Order: sequence, then structure tokens, then C-alpha cells
Amino acid sequence: MKIIRTFMAAAAVFAVSAFIAPSFAAEDPGPAAYSQALKGKRVMLIPMAMGFDLAQGWAHFLKKEVDAWGGTFETRDPNWVVDAGAQAITDAISSDTRPDVLIIHSPDLNSYAKLMKKAQAAGTYVLLVDNPANFPADAFVGSDWDRLGQLEAEAAIKGCGPNSSKKLGLVQGDQANSSSLYQYAGIMKVLEKNPDFKVVAKPDSNWDATTSRNVTTTMLQQNPDICAIIDFWDGDATGAAAAIRDAKLEGKVFLVTTGGGEKTADCDKLQDGTYGAVVMTDLARQSGDMNAIIKFLLQSGQPAGTSKTYIYTLEKATTKADLKPDSCWDLKALQAEAAAK
Amino acid sequence: MNAIGWPNWRSLNQEGIVFAIAVVLFAAAAIGLPGFIDPNNLVAIVRSVSVLGILALGMAIVIIGRGIDLSAVAIMAMSVAWYLQLLNSGMPDGLAFAYVLAGVLAIGLLNGFLVAYADVPAIFVTLATGSFVFGYVRSQLISQDAVPVPQGHWVELLGGLRFLDIPIEVFIFAGLAFVFFLFLRFTKWGRYIYFAGDNPVAARNIGIPVRPMLVLRYVLSAFVALVAGLLTAASLHSINTRIVNSTLLYDIVLVAVIGGIGLSGGRGGVRNVLVGAALIGILLNAMTIIDIPLLYQNLIKAAILLGAIIVDGFINPRDEQTAQQGDI
Repeated sequence: MKIIRTFMAAAAVFAVSAFIAPSFAAEDPGPAAYSQALKGKRVMLIPMAMGFDLAQGWAHFLKKEVDAWGGTFETRDPNWVVDAGAQAITDAISSDTRPDVLIIHSPDLNSYAKLMKKAQAAGTYVLLVDNPANFPADAFVGSDWDRLGQLEAEAAIKGCGPNSSKKLGLVQGDQANSSSLYQYAGIMKVLEKNPDFKVVAKPDSNWDATTSRNVTTTMLQQNPDICAIIDFWDGDATGAAAAIRDAKLEGKVFLVTTGGGEKTADCDKLQDGTYGAVVMTDLARQSGDMNAIIKFLLQSGQPAGTSKTYIYTLEKATTKADLKPDSCWDLKALQAEAAAK
Repeated sequence: MNAIGWPNWRSLNQEGIVFAIAVVLFAAAAIGLPGFIDPNNLVAIVRSVSVLGILALGMAIVIIGRGIDLSAVAIMAMSVAWYLQLLNSGMPDGLAFAYVLAGVLAIGLLNGFLVAYADVPAIFVTLATGSFVFGYVRSQLISQDAVPVPQGHWVELLGGLRFLDIPIEVFIFAGLAFVFFLFLRFTKWGRYIYFAGDNPVAARNIGIPVRPMLVLRYVLSAFVALVAGLLTAASLHSINTRIVNSTLLYDIVLVAVIGGIGLSGGRGGVRNVLVGAALIGILLNAMTIIDIPLLYQNLIKAAILLGAIIVDGFINPRDEQTAQQGDI
């Protein structure tokens, strides 16, 4: 009897465990693998400076995700000084808490190439953001600046219209930054297809608003019938806008620029007519791309420096006519959200 | 000068050389470049160097007294950035301005005190205070590089002010230049600055209050920087603190020095600043019209400065006194 009872109890236990077993099988193995691959990993962002809208936006969206999967997110602020950026990368590579992913916003095509190679050799994945460089990073996330220049030129041609003077002015950034060089190349490609449109002047602003104002003043002085100006960055296009305002050519000169899509920098200025069109980066999506590739690389198991991916952000020229409430993101709101935590 | 008013070339100094270069450039540009001589373009030239010239006036007074103020650009950008940040956060205008004035005064006093009473060389003091002002304001008081002027604020309206179609900053530059000229030429303290700059020990021995005057010069320079910053914000409707990293500081020293204000002190005046500013303004404007890339613009600017210094070295060889004291 005793044996039968024991046997039945064993059968019952077996039956119950048989019922439980399928629920074990339903456990998704993904989250555990995900968590194991990502937990405790370090991500560091080294932009050209932390003090401007794009960098602050990236940092916000990256931090949110990295915190969520249990990693550590840090930033360094070289404050536009190339040497300080190089120092930050060097320190990051050699520190005990070497980051697993380094996101670099390169100031020009070549400065950080050696350091980035060193970082990869040490086992750190290197992501380039926004500005391309002559270096095969694990991934580039940012604008296709050539395409962006084409969009700007198309917007300028549209802004001028077929019955205009067809004279364009460019305010370039400098002659070292890839974003400036490729933007120029893109603009020129469109103008080749529209040979009746001519660039009458193409000074550099060196990314400085006062310089942009001075060169634009001269440009408008020499060519008062310019129908559109393309300034290569919204950070200094306020200067070109001031020159147009001072020359009393508001509404006559169509100002095109590009920026990070921040509300006060771009959308408000489209709304009040300062800018005619802005090719805006969809910052949330760009940051999302970065987050996705970081998660992929950290789980992939492939050594740093073995992949080479380009993830271009979808760009679009926005004008006042197609401005929507969600066209821009609001830095103040992000800061308030961060402060509330 | 001889009878017909031509300067004797032997008496030519750097100011004369630079003035001659400026005149030649002006004439060449007027003939060769269409639209250069247009009154609107001439106004644009003066305007483009107004803020630079105002800063150079402050720098000139400090240099004549045998000092240098490397914190000028930091004070200019950061004081105004802080002011606009306070306004944007809803502080009443009067209170915000009072804070900023107090801050600017404090930095001027600190510069002056450290140079005059602690005997630290001006170049180190102002380099340090400049970095401090930038770092402190950037990290503690403002949240972003670029701070916009609140809509409809008087700073914005100031930028739109025109008199006879000429922007207001041209008049402010001219007014300040005239006031500085009167101060340096006709007031007792103005004349003392030359004595103190030429030979501080002798000036002190004859009873000139050398140290309080030194403090005054740095305070003046700081206030001039604030004015320059307000004018910049007025025109652009925002101030970008990134300007602290630019070559503006060197351009200020360039304007003063190229005009003939010796770094050894005791020489020069407002006229030198005007000549220096005129040369830079004409040069930059002409190069922009010709559409010369920025890299070459810097090269040409540097070459002309170097040329002026070399010619000055030939015409005015260093005398015993400068050889002994040395420049800064």
C-alpha cells in the first residue's frame, strides 16, 4: 500500500510539474540574453561641445535608453576645442572604466582618426555621429551631408521661383569640417542640373554669427537682387538673418539653413519668417538609430572595428507652410523633464 | 612734415605706415572692386569693425598703461549671456542688469587689484580671470552656448535703431572713441596713464597714484567689454558664448598694435585704434567682395601685420630704453 501511495504521490508531483514545465518553456530567452549582454556596459558621448542643442538632445535620448538597460552613460565637453576632445578620448581609452561604446562627433575629417583606431584596438566600439571622418568607424549615424546640401539647394530654388534673379549666395562654414565640404558638394550637384541658377558669392562664416552677418551684408551690398541665401548652420544663420533684416530685404531674400530641429532655433524662426526653409535633423529618430546600433553591437559579439555601417538620418526641408506642432523638439521641455527627475 | 604736408618718410612710424597701407588698399578697392565705394558699403565697413573697435579702445587704454587685458572677450560674451539668461528666467530687467553690472565691476576690480597690488603680471592675471569668467558663467549660470534676447526687449530694439540709415553701433563707437580721446588727451588722469605706462617707478616717485589708476583701467576695460557685448546681442538677437574660443581676442590686440600702440606702454592713443580698425575693416571687406576663402584671408591678414612690424623695425629701431625694459 505504502508503495502505491508513494507511487501515486510521485505521479501527482510529476503531473503538476508537467503542467508547470510548459510555462517554463514559454519564458522568452530574449530579455535575459539582452540584459546579460548590456548590463553594466559603458557608453560615452564626446561631442564637439555639450553646449548646443544637438548634443544636449542626443545626450537626453541616449541617457534615457542606457539607464533603462542598466548601463552607464557619460558625456565629455571639449567645448569646441579639438585638443580637449582628443584629450577626452585618450583619457577614456586609458581609464580603468574604459567605455564599451564611444560616440564621437568629429570636428573634421582627420583629427581623431588615430585615437579612434586606438579605441577600437582596445576593444571599444566607435560610433561617429553627425560629422563623417576619414575613418572606418563601427557605425556612422547622421546626415548624408551631400544629400542635405541637395535638399537645401532645391529648397532655395523653389524659394526663389522661376521668375526671380536666380542668384544664390552661400555662407559656408569653413574649409575643414566635412559637414561644410559635403554640403557644398551637394548644393553644386543640384545647381549643375539647374544651370540658370548661379552662386554669386560663397564666403565662410567660420561658424560665427557676427562673421556671417558681416559677409552677408557685403554679399547683399554687392548683389542686392540675390533671391536666396544658404547658410550652412542655424548656429550662425542668425547673423545672415540680421544682415537681411538690416538691408530691409526681409521677404525678398529666402534664407535656407540646416539645424538640429530645436524649437527656438528652427521652428520659431520659420514661424516668424526669419528662415524660409530649414533642413532639419529628426533628432529623436537619429538618437533612436544610435541606441539601436549600440544595442546591436554590444550583443553581436563581433570585435570592435570589424563592422562598417552607415545609418543616414532621413532629412527633409521644412518650410512655414508644412510646419506642424511636432516638427521640432523642445530643448526647454527636455531640460525640465531632466530637472524633474 | 614738409611744406606741402607730405610726411617726411624718416618720421614715418607704424601708424603712418599702416595708414598708408589702408589708404592704398582703399584706393585700389575703390577702383578695382565694383560697389566698394558705395556709401552703404562704407557704412557696412565701419559697422563691421565697430564692436572690434570698441573692444580695442578698452584694450588700448590698458596697453598704454603697460598692461594687457586678455579677459575682455570672456567678459563681453559671458556678462551679456548671463544677463539674457536672467531675463529669460523671468527676473525683472533692472535687477538683472544690476547683477550683471556688479559682476562686471567685480571682475574689473579683481583684475586691477591683482595686477596693481599683488604685482602679478597682467598677462597671467587676465588670462586666468578670463578663463574663470567663461568657465563659471558657462557651467553655473547659463544652460547653453547661445542665449536668445527675449522678444521685444530693449536690447533687440537697440539693434534695430538707425540714425540717417546708419546703425547705432557706429555712433556708439564714434562716441566712445571721442570720450576716450578727451580722457586721454585733456584730463589729468588721462595724461598720467602715459607717464605710468612709460615709466611706472618714476611716475610713482613724483606722486602719481599709479596703483588706483591701474585698477581704474581694468574696470574701464571691463565696462567697455559689456557695451560691446550688448551691441553684439542687439544686432544678432542672441549671444553665442562660443565667441570666447574665436580669434576675436587676437584681433583686438591686432587692431591696437597694428595701429601703433606699443606693447611696451606709454605710446599711442585713440587715433591708432581708428587707423588699425580702418585697415582691418577695409581688408576684410575687400577680401569678402573678391570672395577669398577664409584660410587665405587669415594668411593675408597675418602677412600684412608681419609686414607692418618689419617695416616699423627698420624705420624705428629699438632704442636703449625699450631694450632694457623689454615689451610685455
